[in-house]
Amino acid sequence: MRLRLEARQQPSRTMQWASPVLAAVLAALGGGVVFAALGHNPATALATLFLQPLATLDGLAELGLKATPLLLCAIGIAVGVRANVWNIGAEGQLTLGAITGGGIALAFGGDGHWWTLPLMLLAGAAGGAFWAAIPALLRTRFNAHEILTTLMLSYVAVQLLGWLVHGPWIDPEGFNFPQTRMFADDALLPVLLEGARLHAGFLLALLAVPLAWGLLSRTATGFRLRTVGQAPAAARYAGFSADGAVWFSLVLSGALAGLAGVCEAAGPVGQLQPLMSPGYGFAAIIVAFLGRLHPVGILGSSLLMALLYLGGEQLQVTLQLPIAATGTIQGMLLFFLLATDVFIDQRLVWSPRHA
Amino acid sequence: MTARLALTGITKRYGAMLANDGVTLSVQPGEIHALLGENGAGKSTLMKIVYGVVKPDAGEIAWEGTPVVIADPNAARALGVGMVFQHFSLFETLTVAENIALGLGSRQPMAALVAEIRQVAAQYGLAVEAGRQVHHLSVGERQRVEILRCLLARPKLLILDEPTSVLTPQEAEGLFAMLRRLAAEGCSVLYISHKLQEIRALCTAATVLRAGRVVARCDPRQETAESLAEMMMGGALAPASRPAARQVGAPCLSVGGLTLPSQEPFGTTLRDISLELRAGEILGIAGVAGNGQKELLAALSGERRAAADMVRLDGQGIGALGPAARRALGLAFIPEERLGRGAVADFTLAENAMLTRLDDRIAPHGLLDLKAVGALAARLVARFGVRCASIQAQGRSLSGGNMQKFIVGREIDAQPRVLLAAHPTWGVDIGAALAIRQALQDLAAAGCGVLVVSEDLDELLEIADRIAVLSGGRLSLPMPVAEASVEGIGLLMGGAAHAPAA
Repeated sequence: MRLRLEARQQPSRTMQWASPVLAAVLAALGGGVVFAALGHNPATALATLFLQPLATLDGLAELGLKATPLLLCAIGIAVGVRANVWNIGAEGQLTLGAITGGGIALAFGGDGHWWTLPLMLLAGAAGGAFWAAIPALLRTRFNAHEILTTLMLSYVAVQLLGWLVHGPWIDPEGFNFPQTRMFADDALLPVLLEGARLHAGFLLALLAVPLAWGLLSRTATGFRLRTVGQAPAAARYAGFSADGAVWFSLVLSGALAGLAGVCEAAGPVGQLQPLMSPGYGFAAIIVAFLGRLHPVGILGSSLLMALLYLGGEQLQVTLQLPIAATGTIQGMLLFFLLATDVFIDQRLVWSPRHA
Repeated sequence: MTARLALTGITKRYGAMLANDGVTLSVQPGEIHALLGENGAGKSTLMKIVYGVVKPDAGEIAWEGTPVVIADPNAARALGVGMVFQHFSLFETLTVAENIALGLGSRQPMAALVAEIRQVAAQYGLAVEAGRQVHHLSVGERQRVEILRCLLARPKLLILDEPTSVLTPQEAEGLFAMLRRLAAEGCSVLYISHKLQEIRALCTAATVLRAGRVVARCDPRQETAESLAEMMMGGALAPASRPAARQVGAPCLSVGGLTLPSQEPFGTTLRDISLELRAGEILGIAGVAGNGQKELLAALSGERRAAADMVRLDGQGIGALGPAARRALGLAFIPEERLGRGAVADFTLAENAMLTRLDDRIAPHGLLDLKAVGALAARLVARFGVRCASIQAQGRSLSGGNMQKFIVGREIDAQPRVLLAAHPTWGVDIGAALAIRQALQDLAAAGCGVLVVSEDLDELLEIADRIAVLSGGRLSLPMPVAEASVEGIGLLMGGAAHAPAA
């Protein structure tokens, strides 16, 4: 006897949406096994991870705060993947958005205007878009694949930020800590809840959900993008430009990631530091696929991923577990999603071995 | 006499569809047996069962009187079944002998194998040079390599799936002679084709399938093409009406001195192609596959750009424009492949309707008007008799013939000045093929210039006003159909004689 995968006649649409939920449950179970192996009661650890952060209003606000950059980055990534353009470097575009947007804040110092903040947001989006335009140029002009170029440019962006906060932009009164001055009040995003850190950037991220949905399903541009992604030969036949799809989706996802970056700088951080993100840009790739590349699905999966970040912090605080525990569960989430997805299109069959 | 192969009550179900329903079929030694049926009648499923690719749900297979279970193609080959598929599986960069050695899994030294290939090739009159690399070979030669590969295994039953679709009439005659010699030696042949004339000329028995069931057994030599077609269809055919003489107008598409080097390693270079398509006529382009059809169509449709003056639409140079711009000027195109090119498998029919119709009515200011999209798709489905669950059905759920009707309908409904059609009825059942040919005739009668590229010479002779032949990237002078002969066209297709380009 041997095991074999056989294509299904008709993949189930229900299972296409059920599989992310199943993957989340499996990742939680897998996490429980890891906690038990580390000598903790898995029930306590899982409750700390998934339930404790949601117990207070403040916790819910933190959830929205963490979901904001994830949502913005993941929506851009998803639009790209629908067009078969793989932006793996949202982390770098986010970092560049923080640099360009934060640069505006620092340039105006204390004497800002009402338009300082909008200008910062625009500059952040433009910075991210510029950083993603480089891979677009390399892809369309030299056929260098964006999976490599976007990823490599991420590290360049982080180094650039590191140089700025260690060097030219360092706070002169900051006791030589590698960070910039704190932004002035008019360069900070307004807080939504008194006493919490949840800021107006969350609303921008929420706004991106219907806009991205409308783009993909209600505009000619979205239709062209999906055609290029689904059937390149059909797109050539119809006369839809593949290069255009690369440019559009990279610039759009770069702009959204850049916006996420400036929202971090002008939101919870309030200045520029060597690391503006604990890997939001990379986690957003998982978020995009967990949300089935659909804007509404991504809203749900970004909240789940935000919960993992918060719960991971709780684990560090209450159970003294390392931060790697969070990464392990993130990884298991993607692993189980890919594993369950295999069975949507295929089924496992036993077949007798032939002589 | 014991039958070589006897199938009894073979049944295979795919979900709700019965692909084979109690099929009984027997093939005698030395018999050339035709398997006839429209697309979707269950011919391919049945052959896959015989070749061990698919397992039947019920029924028995007897090989020379003994019940057998054919678990996989290896088991089929061990019994003595050889199969030549429609699509070849040869490595382009290997030689003929290397390809055959790989296919046989033989361990004998190459020199011995080459000697054996020469001997078998000579025995059956298959002219193939064992040392040549496959990418140098014509499609007809490649088919001979596939057949040789089967013959070296000394088969007792050879299955051929639509083998003449890639051959010139002369090459087809050579194939028939070879099959007759093989049959005379006692080998059985199962021959799948939809070309009724060649079945009448070649086969000594026929089994007709319709909707998975055997509906008739006959001796095709005693039947007419019409009676065979009626058995397949289950009803009388209304032949496409052809007006005696069409009103031919001014040239609408003209090509002059079109030369385009091939972009692919094994593609064809177009050499100094000139043609003139007039409003209201159907111009047929005949030729064996791989002689530049793909490249010519790409240059005409705009997927490949050339100098502006090389292609003119109503006098305007469009050679440098892309497909969308050409379409906006009134040039429609029915591509060769349906799913993946002419339509997207995962898109609904409504979305597929938009593929080439994304204009201001469908998407004012770039926003899709879903009502207009739905109305367009519904109109195409109704006007061209597309059978589908709804306009929300996915492209992949339609049968090949219905998808093709939808694509043809979408392009005709755009009211083009010029329509390019690549193999418009390839692999489509007879009913759909008739409807598509009639639609092309009607379009020409309404004053559109229609250019049809097809490997089916009978089809071109039926619908075209003039025929030109593409061979080795060169286009012959077009000749009126009334003056064309199958032999003359066949010679041009084989590249034997080049008419000087106009």
